[in-house]
Amino acid sequence: MKDDAAQRHILPLNLYLAVGSGLLVLTVITVAVAQMDFGQMNLLIAMGIAVVKATLVAMFFMHLKYDNRIYMLVFVGSLLFLGVFIIFTMFDTLRRGDIYEEIAEPYQKEAVIYRTAETGTASSHAAADSSHNAAETETETSDH
Amino acid sequence: MEHTIPEKHYLNEATGWKSWLMTLDHKRIGILYMIMVMFSFFLGGVFALLLRWELISPDKILMGPEMYNQAFSLHGIIMIFLFIIPSIPAILGNFVMPLMIGAKDVAFPRLNLASWYIYVIGFCFAVYALFTGGIDTGWTFYTPYSNETTTAVIPILTAAFVLGFSSIFTGLNFIVTIHKLRAPGMTWFQLPLFVWAIYATALIQVLATPVLGITLALLMLERVVGIGIFDPAMGGDPVLFQHFFWFYSHPAVYIMILPGMGIISELIATFSHRRIFGYKFIAFSSLGIAFTGFLVWGHHMFVSGQSDLAAVIFSFLTFFVGIPSGIKILNWMATMYKGSISLDTPMLWALSFLILFSIGGFTGIVLGTLSIDVHLHDTYFVVSHFHYVMVGGTVMAIFGGLHYWWPKIWGRMYNETLARIAVVLIFVGFNVTFFVQFIMGTQGMPRRYYTYLPQFQGMHGFSSIGALIMGVGFLLIGIYLIHAIFKGKPAGPNPWRALTMEWETPSPPRAGNFEGAQRLTHGPYDYDKVVPENALKQYKTL
Amino acid sequence: MNQTTAHPAHLQHHFTDAHQQAESAKLGLWIFLLTEVLLFGGLFCFYAIYRSWNPDMFHNAHAFLNVWMGATNTVVLIVSSLTMALAIRSMQLGRRKHTIVFLSGTVFLACVFMVIKYFEYSHKIHLGQLPGKWYFFEGIAGTNPHIFFSAYFLMTGLHGFHVLGGIAVITWLIIKTSRGSFSPEYYTPIEMTGLYWHLVDLIWIFLFPLFYLIG
Ligand SMILES: [Cu+2]
Repeated sequence: MKDDAAQRHILPLNLYLAVGSGLLVLTVITVAVAQMDFGQMNLLIAMGIAVVKATLVAMFFMHLKYDNRIYMLVFVGSLLFLGVFIIFTMFDTLRRGDIYEEIAEPYQKEAVIYRTAETGTASSHAAADSSHNAAETETETSDH
Repeated sequence: MEHTIPEKHYLNEATGWKSWLMTLDHKRIGILYMIMVMFSFFLGGVFALLLRWELISPDKILMGPEMYNQAFSLHGIIMIFLFIIPSIPAILGNFVMPLMIGAKDVAFPRLNLASWYIYVIGFCFAVYALFTGGIDTGWTFYTPYSNETTTAVIPILTAAFVLGFSSIFTGLNFIVTIHKLRAPGMTWFQLPLFVWAIYATALIQVLATPVLGITLALLMLERVVGIGIFDPAMGGDPVLFQHFFWFYSHPAVYIMILPGMGIISELIATFSHRRIFGYKFIAFSSLGIAFTGFLVWGHHMFVSGQSDLAAVIFSFLTFFVGIPSGIKILNWMATMYKGSISLDTPMLWALSFLILFSIGGFTGIVLGTLSIDVHLHDTYFVVSHFHYVMVGGTVMAIFGGLHYWWPKIWGRMYNETLARIAVVLIFVGFNVTFFVQFIMGTQGMPRRYYTYLPQFQGMHGFSSIGALIMGVGFLLIGIYLIHAIFKGKPAGPNPWRALTMEWETPSPPRAGNFEGAQRLTHGPYDYDKVVPENALKQYKTL
Repeated sequence: MNQTTAHPAHLQHHFTDAHQQAESAKLGLWIFLLTEVLLFGGLFCFYAIYRSWNPDMFHNAHAFLNVWMGATNTVVLIVSSLTMALAIRSMQLGRRKHTIVFLSGTVFLACVFMVIKYFEYSHKIHLGQLPGKWYFFEGIAGTNPHIFFSAYFLMTGLHGFHVLGGIAVITWLIIKTSRGSFSPEYYTPIEMTGLYWHLVDLIWIFLFPLFYLIG
């Protein structure tokens, strides 16, 4: 049984303590950093630290570093598919109404039917990417 | 040569209803599933016939608009969540897959039984919903309507939520079984292709179904608390619901069709008596379908108001789904080419599958094209397309599989003549029902209405006749299959002269499947090298 | 390993040896964790979409969460993860008493986590910073602040249920361990629970900055 050694691999106590302290230090860092403002980078820094912490937990506490690679595959796979879910959904949610700004709007300005209802239509499309609220959603769905 | 039923087998080694309800034997759990799932198929079929009855004339015959909304919703929900998703994995996957890999059971027998009980609970919720206001949202539960309707949305969502867990448990169990319980010496490339298909299906089940669970939970909370995720009145976004829903439900289409493709691979190899052509291509195309299936869900939302960027990406990616399916079809054809094909009933089902699924697949590519879909969306073209895939594909496959393994499951053979008549009835009835719907769709007949313009009456009437023919066909199947359980001629261990491992057991098999550890003596499709010993004398050419 | 000797009590009939059984359980558990990731994933998607639509509202609303309580809870969960890992290590070494101590520590810390969560929740319920229709707090600028609290209560709530589940299972493990059900040869249930508990910790590691530390 070749995996027996791996399965019953007993990690030294100091390693566990080191990883645990590392996690605590990173927690302190992330709270401290959050008190400062790095603008756009805030989210990136916070998530970066969280990813490092998560990696530590997964690699050492969950033994992924020492175990059969298949468990790593399962775990990374789950994150991959979650990524697909969120990113592909954002292809939609972050880019709604693009075509109206870039392509349709110049023509719409000329068109008689849009001129009469200019305020309603124009604002709903322009607002789609930033401030998103109830009234706008309703116009959007009925528009398309 | 006359066969006899072995004295002791899994059906009689323990007796009494308790021995069934507490059983941990994967074969018995498969049969428990068969009873429930086939009953659901019957229920869903009744609703289908009611719909086709109503559509014989544009006037109200049975149902007005509200009733009609309820009927098509229930038809969809029952057929999808209660019948087609669990059908092949839970019935035939449960029964056959462990036998095929030489295992004594699935990895977690208790979890397996639990998944059946969870299915039954989900079934009860669905029936409860049926009697407390019904449901009129369609099977897709689109917001904002599902937030507003006064029908029994919460019970039916609970049903689908609970059924999802049953599906997850089955998938989890099968993945571990295929990884860890293969017979000693059986490598991944000696697995029968049905096992590969079940494996790919199980991957989708565990990856996609949790998202359905959270989606339905969020929808329930939206109704109760108004959390503001899907309901525009609370600041939510109804299109976001469609993303959540289709992230599960497009891959779920492959939960429905992949196991069917696995069955077809077995049938074509067995009845062509030929080594399957392109084994690795078929095996990996199953995984390919499972993977690409996760990248295309937005093709259901071309006219829902998603961003144009997303629509273009999803349309583009949708074309890639056709490739692995095409690979499979071509390899099946290549297997049959120069094979010595025998047209036993299961093979007739497989051939029906090839024809109908090809039509369903090609029209899927048509609908995946962004510009065309804008015109065809929500017409009968879509209805026809997915019935060609789901009925023409999966239902043909499951009945092919049931006929193929019926002698293994019960040890007895059905009436071959009646069986062939039934295939023909179903094949003809199906095409009569659905082919005209393509034409109606292109002419603009919208789906989900109880009435229509008079110009469509001819085609709708024609379609309803087809539904009746199918109904008769399925009734016939039910009669002779049940008759075979009690009165059929003993089938013998290997009536089809097949080489996969389940045929090495007696029919019906013993409770523990195999005496001692099963050894692998040949590959699943070594028809050019081996003739199965236990089938030498019994095989008759047609 | 002594697979060749007589059938151990914990070995089920359809496995050939204890090793195969343990490996199967572990793979099954990892797949279960995968389903958990995707279950929470739906909520993370919810969060991501609405934060990208209403960054200012999220920023304003997060100021009403108590960073120190959140940070304390992070520390508590990390330490509980460590004690869980050490409980497994002790069992690998055959030190049953240590295992019981570490498991009890884990349960204790989990309870501390829930108590802190209780104070946070009751404060918000009192102020009316609640999800959806129940929201009646005034004083957060921006569009639809109730959605922030929907996300907050859903995600931390689902996580909280997982903590409660963990408490129940680990308590059961303590009883089993004290009855001598586990040994260095067979401790699969502790190992499985450990993996589950680390995942619960891992999810919190993301929830903490996403809710309490919005820059
Ligand atoms: Cu689709």
